Amino acid sequence: MQVSAEAAAPTNAKADRITPVSILERFQGVVLHVAVILLTVMWMIPALGLLISSFRPFTDIAHTGWWVALSPPFHFTLDNYAQVLKEQGLVHSLFNSFMISIPATIIPVTVAAFAAYAFSWMKFPGRNFLFLALVGLLAVPLQLSFIPVLSAYVKIGLTPNNWGFVGVWLAHTGYGLPFSVYLLANFFRALPSDLFESAEIDGAGTLTVFFRIVLPLSVPAIASLVIFQFLWIWNDLLVALIYVGGSESVAPVTVQLANLTNSLGQGYNLLTAAAFLSMIIPLIVFVSLQRYFVRGILAGSVKG
Amino acid sequence: MDVGLLLSDVVTLVVVIVAVPAVLAGYIIFGEYLVRLFPDRIRGGVRPWIWVGPALLFVAGYLVFPTIATVIQSFENAAGNWVGLHNYAVQLGNFPNGGAWIAIRNNVLWLVLYTLLVLFFGLLLAVIFDRVPYESIVKSLIFMPMAISSVALGVIWKFMYTYQPPDTPQTGTMNAVVVNLFHLQPITWLSDPNVNNYALITAGIWGIVGFSMVILSAALKGIPTDLLEAARVDGAGEITIFRRIIFPLMMPTVVVVGTTLVIFALKAFDIVYVMTAGNFGTDVLANRMYKLLFQAGNPGGASAVAVVLLLAVVPVLIFNLRQFQAVESRR
Repeated sequence: MQVSAEAAAPTNAKADRITPVSILERFQGVVLHVAVILLTVMWMIPALGLLISSFRPFTDIAHTGWWVALSPPFHFTLDNYAQVLKEQGLVHSLFNSFMISIPATIIPVTVAAFAAYAFSWMKFPGRNFLFLALVGLLAVPLQLSFIPVLSAYVKIGLTPNNWGFVGVWLAHTGYGLPFSVYLLANFFRALPSDLFESAEIDGAGTLTVFFRIVLPLSVPAIASLVIFQFLWIWNDLLVALIYVGGSESVAPVTVQLANLTNSLGQGYNLLTAAAFLSMIIPLIVFVSLQRYFVRGILAGSVKG
Repeated sequence: MDVGLLLSDVVTLVVVIVAVPAVLAGYIIFGEYLVRLFPDRIRGGVRPWIWVGPALLFVAGYLVFPTIATVIQSFENAAGNWVGLHNYAVQLGNFPNGGAWIAIRNNVLWLVLYTLLVLFFGLLLAVIFDRVPYESIVKSLIFMPMAISSVALGVIWKFMYTYQPPDTPQTGTMNAVVVNLFHLQPITWLSDPNVNNYALITAGIWGIVGFSMVILSAALKGIPTDLLEAARVDGAGEITIFRRIIFPLMMPTVVVVGTTLVIFALKAFDIVYVMTAGNFGTDVLANRMYKLLFQAGNPGGASAVAVVLLLAVVPVLIFNLRQFQAVESRR
């Protein structure tokens, strides 16, 4: 609701006279717009600095601020991107990120959908307790889980050398389930019960109801969850560091970027390009599917 | 770049994308087939366990048992022998500067400043953006930092904080402002213990204000407009309306967002790891735990720190969940 629009849209009588009150209202309107635009521009400056610097040669970055690049002479170059893709292993790490993120999103969403459906529409002893316990596990800081799981993995040989990314997929599934079940169960529970009753009358079995009725109706919630989970995993550093390690052949783009921060030090021409490359996929996903992402956040502000 | 290798990797990815859902669908279909083998009466009792089984197993294996194991391990030394509270004594000894106390102090700093400032800015932006017609565009722009990884955020802000010696042109945005606008000496933002924690917290705030703004904005728009109209008709000024109507009505949401932020602050790892690796007095608990485990080879100490983290987070989370239920039930 635009209050200032109402306040600043004068009635005919007011518009005829320039009164102190109407001047004040106009002034407040202008101040508001200036404040909004100023804040937004200031907010964008850190990212803008990164973007512009990624197109500048090393000597320029080392000696002048990025804002200098905005005035002639213009020295923009694509060399940084070329170098980072060819020599710093970024292509491979982008691929690793996909290899980790996609299955690690599919598995928890599916497992959570099965469980959420049972929690919402099936009766069994201990249902409420188990649900609360499952969601309550959101409290557990992941740090508590790493050491025992990692030693178990080593003992049974579930290492990146033997099994690739399976270890990290399963770990992300375990960590992502409390939030996923919570989100989906909330949605499933809100489905009208007549839906299920009429399906039962028509003789539909559990599988039919799940795949033909519940899932199609739940596309918005599932989309939100998929995007949320995908972005969370893609942007994750710690879990990848723990279960996949830092070696270049298996590192996802976050780990690789962290490695580059250490090895390149002041090489900001390459670092900025690498950072921006790591941001492209999430930004594309985010901008095109923002609606769903926001819905996911609003549904549960508890994901840690 | 070995194209052959890349192609075979892509094939692997496609196989995985197809195989994983197929396996899971196969599981549930096979499960239903198993259930049908039982007499009609018992089916309803057996079926739920097939559906919740995988979730329960995952969660037990990755969250429940490891937590218990970590708590136990915090009482053991690296060789696996029971040492009682020794690890805790080492981590929590030598107050105020020894063991984990610097990390704890920093986490408290994060907890207070990060939470309050993110709430403040989120609220401010939600309120003023509400009053402009191009609201959705500016909100998207403020929200965008949430899409990027903390590592990328760390690079952005490390770059912002670049230090060049005095009398040379500054290349970092912050020092450019300090030197050119305020005519002071450039600051070593990340290595000076007097400012570096605040520098890190600022970077963290930039990344998450969008989150708080979006939720607070939704709560703001949930306030019935007749209420606000009535107040305006009665002659109340905007500030009074905010203090007496808007803010109190938003309080439950503010509390939920605030407690969520406290939990994030307690778990801060990526930003500190990338920007300072916890050096120069910027250590936080999550970082300390990582270092104890992977650099010092001290799993007992790392477990003790993790337990301390758990003890700090659990009460906040319980409070958070209760508040969230309260907000939900009001809808």
